[in-house]
Amino acid sequence: MSLNQNILVKLKQAGFRINGKWLVKGVSLQIEKGKIVTLIGPNGSGKSTTAKIALGIYKKIDGEVEKYTNKVGYVPQKISIDWTLPLRVNDFMVLTENLKEDAINEALSLTGVIHLKDKNLGDLSGGEFQRVLLARAISKRPDLLVLDEPVQGVDFTGEIALYELIKKISDELNCGILLISHDLHTVMSATDHVVCLNGHVCCSGSPLDVAKNNEYKALFGEQASQILTRYEHSHDHIHTNEGEIKKN
Amino acid sequence: MLDDFFIRALLAGLGIAFVTGPLGCFVIWRRLSYFGDTLAHSALLGVTLAYTMEFNIAISVFIISSCIALILIQLQKRTNLPGDALLGLLAHSSLAVGLVVIGFLTFIRFDIMGLLFGDILAVTADDLLIIWIGGPLMLIVLKLIWKPLFASTVNYELAEAEGLNPDRAKAIFTILMAGIIAISIKMVGLLLITGMLIIPAAMARNISSSPQSMVIYSILGGLLSVILGLFTSLQFNTSSGPSIIAASLFLFILSLVKIKQSIKLKN
Repeated sequence: MSLNQNILVKLKQAGFRINGKWLVKGVSLQIEKGKIVTLIGPNGSGKSTTAKIALGIYKKIDGEVEKYTNKVGYVPQKISIDWTLPLRVNDFMVLTENLKEDAINEALSLTGVIHLKDKNLGDLSGGEFQRVLLARAISKRPDLLVLDEPVQGVDFTGEIALYELIKKISDELNCGILLISHDLHTVMSATDHVVCLNGHVCCSGSPLDVAKNNEYKALFGEQASQILTRYEHSHDHIHTNEGEIKKN
Repeated sequence: MLDDFFIRALLAGLGIAFVTGPLGCFVIWRRLSYFGDTLAHSALLGVTLAYTMEFNIAISVFIISSCIALILIQLQKRTNLPGDALLGLLAHSSLAVGLVVIGFLTFIRFDIMGLLFGDILAVTADDLLIIWIGGPLMLIVLKLIWKPLFASTVNYELAEAEGLNPDRAKAIFTILMAGIIAISIKMVGLLLITGMLIIPAAMARNISSSPQSMVIYSILGGLLSVILGLFTSLQFNTSSGPSIIAASLFLFILSLVKIKQSIKLKN
């Protein structure tokens, strides 16, 4: 165990490359119990890769990963499920852990999809499926939650509710959360620590610190910086009719 | 009673169907039907080995099929050839080498038709023992690796991230595939083993809504195919393998009628 009993995962100068091309390089961060760490950055900046390094999905990495827990809940950014599988929501919930009926029902209720319990997974809409993914990840009461854009495709009101839920889960379960989000409002309001990536760590710290950072401003623009400092009043993205977030 | 060849064949077939049911589901889910074919074709080499060394056929087929599976994994790592090309390479070359070896063994009389399509007369009391010890053993192992194997079938990264060790489950599953081919080769024949794996499972897919129910229907479909097929084989003096597979095809067609009634479009 580490000296600090609260640490769940620690990355030391971690990096990953495929065929000589670095996807992400030199990332150091740690996730502690009860804390939310958020990764932000433009597309292709290595956010999902960093999450997969922390999860141990990528094995041949540079640097080090120390993982102190095996109770992990993961919501991947992309998941393709083969429809040759007859799989209902209920079957999907017990995919990696045998759960009691109560735990399944509670998690599905929290994310607002309890009515879909006996539906075939292939019949769900994108937003519904995203809620099921989140329910599955929290139902096993993990020590570490890794959420890679967990509310993509969820409608506007649902999005706010789910982010509140994520915050609540972190407090109640005292679990550490690694969150990848494009929603800078959320990043500002719910996060303890922000890591801004662009192939490497361009800056990190509390949300306010990051907002003031010049590299951050260069990456996201002056306007985004104002959003982070006065997040209550501005918008950095557009919501389409489908509930999708169109990022700037 | 075990002296009667038909009873022996029936017991052997039923024992096999209990194992091909769940394994066949995974073959369909993981898209491994060509992989099953490759292992089955390589079984011919195992059979010739058994004849030359006067060794038990099931055991030597199991060893050879496991070796072929290992070679395949190595080739996948070391070459840039696509998976299906490697499978084809191994399937046909091992079949060819097997046949060439048979050509050299002029002092042994081979029943090639029996090898390719199964022969119910060939099932001995020893084979029954292997099937009814090996079969339940394989089911127990499958039960033990079910969670990681199924989770990684649904999504590899989820299984890996949440600590289920999918690679180990996959390796064990490959050994189980070699095992089922070894115990069913006499009954079904090496050209038709994959059919025994996938047709009952495909039938089950048509009528089930959960993985568990698909496994159960797949087993039931296999059992029924064996009974129907073997009685047909006895009645009309047809090869056991083709008769069993034809029976399972009949069940598959029946299951299509069921779908037509409750058609649900999947995206």
